[in-house]
Amino acid sequence: MSKTKKDAIAIHVNGVGKYFGSEPNLVKALDNVSIDIRRNEFFTLLGPSGCGKTTLLRLIAGFESPTFGQMLLDNQDITNLPPYHRSVNTVFQSYALFPHLTVAENISFGLEMLKKPKHEISATVDEMLALVHMEELKHRRTDQISGGQQQRVALARALAPKPDVLLLDEPLSALDYKLRRGMQIELKRLQLETGITFIFVTHDQEEALTMSDRIAVMSNGHILQVGTPNEIYYNPQERFVADFIGESNFIEAEVVSVTKGRSATASLRLAGTRKTFKANMPASKSKDKTATVFIRPEHAKLQKSTRGATLTGTLTNMLFFGTDTNYHLELDNGDAFVVRSQNEIGHAFHPAIGDKLGVVIDEQAIQVLKD
Amino acid sequence: MARKLSEMEAERIKRKNRANWLLSMPAILLLLFAASGPLLIVIVYSFLTPGNYGGILWEFSGEAWFKVLFAQDIFDDTISLSDAHLSIFWRSVQLSFLTTLICLILGFPTAYFIATRPPKTRNIWLFLITIPFWTNLLIRTFAILELIRNKGVINNSLISLGIINEPINMLYTDMAIVIGMTYVYLPLMVLPIYAAMERFDFRYVEAGFDLYASRFKVMRRIILPIIKPGVIAGSILVFVPSLGAYVTPRILGGGKNLMIGNLIELQFGQGKNWPLGAALAVTMLLIVLLALIFYMRISQRSEQKDAQ
Repeated sequence: MSKTKKDAIAIHVNGVGKYFGSEPNLVKALDNVSIDIRRNEFFTLLGPSGCGKTTLLRLIAGFESPTFGQMLLDNQDITNLPPYHRSVNTVFQSYALFPHLTVAENISFGLEMLKKPKHEISATVDEMLALVHMEELKHRRTDQISGGQQQRVALARALAPKPDVLLLDEPLSALDYKLRRGMQIELKRLQLETGITFIFVTHDQEEALTMSDRIAVMSNGHILQVGTPNEIYYNPQERFVADFIGESNFIEAEVVSVTKGRSATASLRLAGTRKTFKANMPASKSKDKTATVFIRPEHAKLQKSTRGATLTGTLTNMLFFGTDTNYHLELDNGDAFVVRSQNEIGHAFHPAIGDKLGVVIDEQAIQVLKD
Repeated sequence: MARKLSEMEAERIKRKNRANWLLSMPAILLLLFAASGPLLIVIVYSFLTPGNYGGILWEFSGEAWFKVLFAQDIFDDTISLSDAHLSIFWRSVQLSFLTTLICLILGFPTAYFIATRPPKTRNIWLFLITIPFWTNLLIRTFAILELIRNKGVINNSLISLGIINEPINMLYTDMAIVIGMTYVYLPLMVLPIYAAMERFDFRYVEAGFDLYASRFKVMRRIILPIIKPGVIAGSILVFVPSLGAYVTPRILGGGKNLMIGNLIELQFGQGKNWPLGAALAVTMLLIVLLALIFYMRISQRSEQKDAQ
């Protein structure tokens, strides 16, 4: 069966590393990273600052060349191709709009460099201006428009040459919250309308979850996990991923027994409790005696009585978020635990700080981490 | 109430204006006495009669201005264009233009180089650029003379290396003047271009590369237009003093290849014709003015062309 166009690989990164400096001050910004980014995909590189996500983006753009490894764009080796020969455009974090050119001239720059015919250039510029709703400001200088408008121009400028891949380097970080939410929706719309592969770099997990088709979580120059927002959120493989995305509770558990089937299932006993749980066991941990499990705060339920509860603890703090409230508990063994529950009208349950409460956790909500 | 407020605002603006005037007083006084005053004297002198032993007589005369452009034959009183003056004007403009061009060609990469060093080393490079200023211009010009004369360092080395047999005659030529002026004024080209380049955001270069511009196109379409004010400032700073150069053409030109500066000096010295000297000085000012207008026109036209 031939691959459909949708499944074709746009960017193939094969064992790429980027080192800066030399011993003893060698910095491994990227270390042996491999990744496949599909065509027409909204792909996000997510991680804290210094994790290597921007370095990977700059390698794909061609601003840096890798210390080792190979990169393919549509099955063509682009490892040593200069940026002006790659059908890849970038939306810069600082926008980097040319200050001596107008909005329209900024957008037409790439097209002129590609030596497109004049009528085609002006048609594309108009099309792009309409796409980002900037028709009225066509002849403004770029320092005469607001940050949000500059952002749109930067997008239009990068989209105008219709590249195979669009790279976005934390483009929303300079915008305020409301504008950022608006642009998130806008970006997703643009990606669907243009059908261009988007590679989006961010440290904002919420941004990553709302917009992406797939996310790669990065840390210390490595890719830890690649998956859909759902997979990343519900099935993080490592503690770092679970911790970085959303809120998490980590609890040490004792491995009582392991049954080997198609996938290993373990009986686990949470620290300080007597009840056992069944959970999938990562293959690499099948011989271990202890494991860390993680539980999302919204997957645990709070109850007044400690009877029948999975865990028990004392309420130390409550944080109100409008839709939800976070209840911070100190468990009987001294560990901290957070329960997030939705606020409902007429909710009868009003615990007070210092109350002794029970936490009920569903077996399905418990997941064993690799590390 | 509203009227009162507007009155208060008017009063506030008045007070602010007065403060601004007071603050700019030193600059205004300096301009008045150091720039406008002497200039006025020169203009007035150019319309007076020369004294017998230099100096001026307070009698109006247009003769100096007539002599700037025309010459009267001492034998038959025929009037013709003053070839001597015109050729000196023309040579001055040519040599100054050439100097500016060479300074630009040498200065631009130098400024680019310094601006792209890490911030710490940049200051060292800038410091090196200023070293020639530590020594007197006269001494430096004599040093150049020592380098380029027929038995100077350059010719001697070339001969001893067997590259040439006869010394290249460089001293007392127009080339010598251009070499000297380029050497003297090069820092004035490097510094303003560096200042513009230092503020230049090199992310624009990446953006250019990203949008399919080659190195050449990035230079022409992005770097040059953005740092153009620095290039213009540098060119003016080199062209204007070159046009009025006196020491360099005097020493390296050997007194036979005159420039306007030497011609003016001649009128105040041996020529004992102060009004003519003053008229020539004002003429030079007009040439500078014309050159600046011409330059602005060119840069504006290229801007319009870029905008299309």
